[in-house]
Amino acid sequence: MLWLRTVQLGVKSLLLHPLRSLLTVLGIFIGVASVIWLLAIGEGISFEAQKQIEGLGADNIIVRSIKPPSEETANTRGPVPYGLKRFEFDAIVETVPTIKSALPIREIRRQFSRGEKMVDGRLVGTIPDYARVLRLEVDRGRFLEPADVQSHKAYCVLAAEVAQRLFPYQDPIGRTVNLIEHKDYYLIIGVMKSRSPTAAIGGSLEAQEFSNDIYVPISTMRQRIGDRVWTRRAGSFEGEEVELNQITFRVDDIKHVLATADLLKAMFDRSDVKITVPLELLEQAKTMRLMFIMFMGLIAAISLLVGGIGIMNIMLATVTERTREIGVRRALGAKKVDIIRQFLVETIVLSIAGGATGVAFGLLCPTIVDGLRNFARWQNPEFVAKLPEVMQAVTPIIVPVSIPLAFGISVVIGVVFGIYPAIRAANMDPIEALRHE
Amino acid sequence: MKYAARIIDITKEYPLKGETVHALRGVSFDVPFGDYVAIMGPSGSGKSTLLNLLGCLDKPTSGQLLLEDDDIGALNDDELATVRASRIGFVFQSYNLIQQLTVLENIQVPLFYLGRLGAAERIRCEEIADLVGLKDRLKHRPAQLSGGQQQRVAIARSLVNAPNFILADEATGNLDSVTTEEIMGLFEKLNNEGRTIIMVTHEDEVSAHAKRVVRLRDGLLQSDIINENRELLLPPNTRIKDTIPADHA
Ligand SMILES: Nc1ncnc2c1ncn2[C@@H]1O[C@H](COP(=O)(O)OP(=O)(O)O)[C@@H](O)[C@H]1O
Ligand SMILES: [Mg+2]
Repeated sequence: MLWLRTVQLGVKSLLLHPLRSLLTVLGIFIGVASVIWLLAIGEGISFEAQKQIEGLGADNIIVRSIKPPSEETANTRGPVPYGLKRFEFDAIVETVPTIKSALPIREIRRQFSRGEKMVDGRLVGTIPDYARVLRLEVDRGRFLEPADVQSHKAYCVLAAEVAQRLFPYQDPIGRTVNLIEHKDYYLIIGVMKSRSPTAAIGGSLEAQEFSNDIYVPISTMRQRIGDRVWTRRAGSFEGEEVELNQITFRVDDIKHVLATADLLKAMFDRSDVKITVPLELLEQAKTMRLMFIMFMGLIAAISLLVGGIGIMNIMLATVTERTREIGVRRALGAKKVDIIRQFLVETIVLSIAGGATGVAFGLLCPTIVDGLRNFARWQNPEFVAKLPEVMQAVTPIIVPVSIPLAFGISVVIGVVFGIYPAIRAANMDPIEALRHE
Repeated sequence: MKYAARIIDITKEYPLKGETVHALRGVSFDVPFGDYVAIMGPSGSGKSTLLNLLGCLDKPTSGQLLLEDDDIGALNDDELATVRASRIGFVFQSYNLIQQLTVLENIQVPLFYLGRLGAAERIRCEEIADLVGLKDRLKHRPAQLSGGQQQRVAIARSLVNAPNFILADEATGNLDSVTTEEIMGLFEKLNNEGRTIIMVTHEDEVSAHAKRVVRLRDGLLQSDIINENRELLLPPNTRIKDTIPADHA
């Protein structure tokens, strides 16, 4: 009852200066909303990163061939051999006991066609294990099988998106696809389900995509295409000689991953091979997430602090301005605590108003981010396409604890920054206050 | 309990820029129950200081101030506030209404601090407003009222806690002569009900209505005279209304 009336009075007093009160509320609003927004965006980014890294498989170690910089090879004529060799693959599989399985991959960018339709894709030569290790699922038909590899079959399996583009109206199974550069045909035996990208590997910054892939037996690829390939690039041909582009090693136990990775790093201590350890990335991502949260928290705390200072500033002005009122109330029987309560309630009303609206706006974060992105995409698609991947993809995830946290902090700030002006008001001498002009 | 108030050799000093201002230098007089005192004197003679002490807004530097036998000097800040809330009604020269509150809410303020603002008291506040002629102004803000109306709100406010003392500091100082008479009429009725009124004024027309005139000069009592030729504005014993009890039931 007493509090209810004090709150009513507080609201009335605040409405004496609506704009001023609004601006003060805005300070807290921004603070609270930014806590929720920053944490939600941070969480969204790290969630995306972790999901991508987990997509690589925490018990995998990825070893990749890296093309040497062109100045190093400028004097050599013809294609330069580099990267992983088949004998290395065999040696590791035979000698490293913690490796459960190994997946050789050879890949080149190629054009595929079916009738009029053409696709720029990635020809991936590999073994049947590939689908399991990379968690690709068959949609129709089947994936490669050991027999296909043994007998060098000219079979291929298409990624969902490739199948969709080459065969929009037909079932591709049993039909052929033309590998244009090699004037060669492959029989389609299966179509995969589409798969979201995984984290970047091999020192590249781009996430790994699967949507342009065409999988063929690695033995077939060696026989029909060989290690030396020429690729038309910017009007001229560029040659390369690579035996294997990538080996994905699967370690028998996640506890052995780091030790095995160290061993592999020692073996491949050269510039044309790069080792990616998803487990390490995952650890890094977790540390990053913590740092991110702390950093965002710091920014948010600063903005709340600024909001609090705004409250204090306004309340000090209010107290001075209402000195006479304080004197009158004291003369009419108000105790010091009554005055403290009155002004404290005003600051709490301000901070709760800021806190509540801030929380409401904070909860809208995922919707607004999505809406803004769609709007930008609609207005200026090229611009959006040029944005970094995270900005294009990230979906903010509201961190549940951030809501009571932000709201609680805003109320605490109201009390902390309101208490001094309130005490100052209460400690005024009633007679002095009454004489105040 | 013979006296409403006893003022015994009171002094009041204010520190001001390293010096001491002697606002009261030893004043004594007794105020019987139901008295109607006008305190007069030149500006700076200590009238307001004395009234503020009587109103328990401050404590004397030395001397004793008894209010219905309670020694004001011995009370702490909260106890003083309780005395103000329960026994004293203030009326100021500049009305001192709270701008963000309506007339009715202004009248309710003392009850709020007394902690008794129930349904019955709310009705009583409206009745009191009615008695001072503000029935159709209850929802107005102070800024929408004339000076006389504002002062009547202030008087209504000083009455809600059914105080034994009504203290008025130049209550008619900002009002024209017609309104002054209206207000003085209200005071007369309140005094007829048995309330003790002590008012500060420098106008002879105002002090003419009091039962007694106390004059101060330089912080000292200059004279204390019974007003033989008291001017009555109303027939003797006209009361405001018997619905306002002289003390709280
Ligand atoms: N709070 C104060 N601080 C310093 N001096 C004061 C204070 N209040 C009153 N005085 C001084 O005390 C004297 C008496 O003041 P006051 O009682 O207001 O006089 P009056 O009401 O008779 O005009 C004056 O000289 C005044 O300046
Ligand atoms: Mg004065």
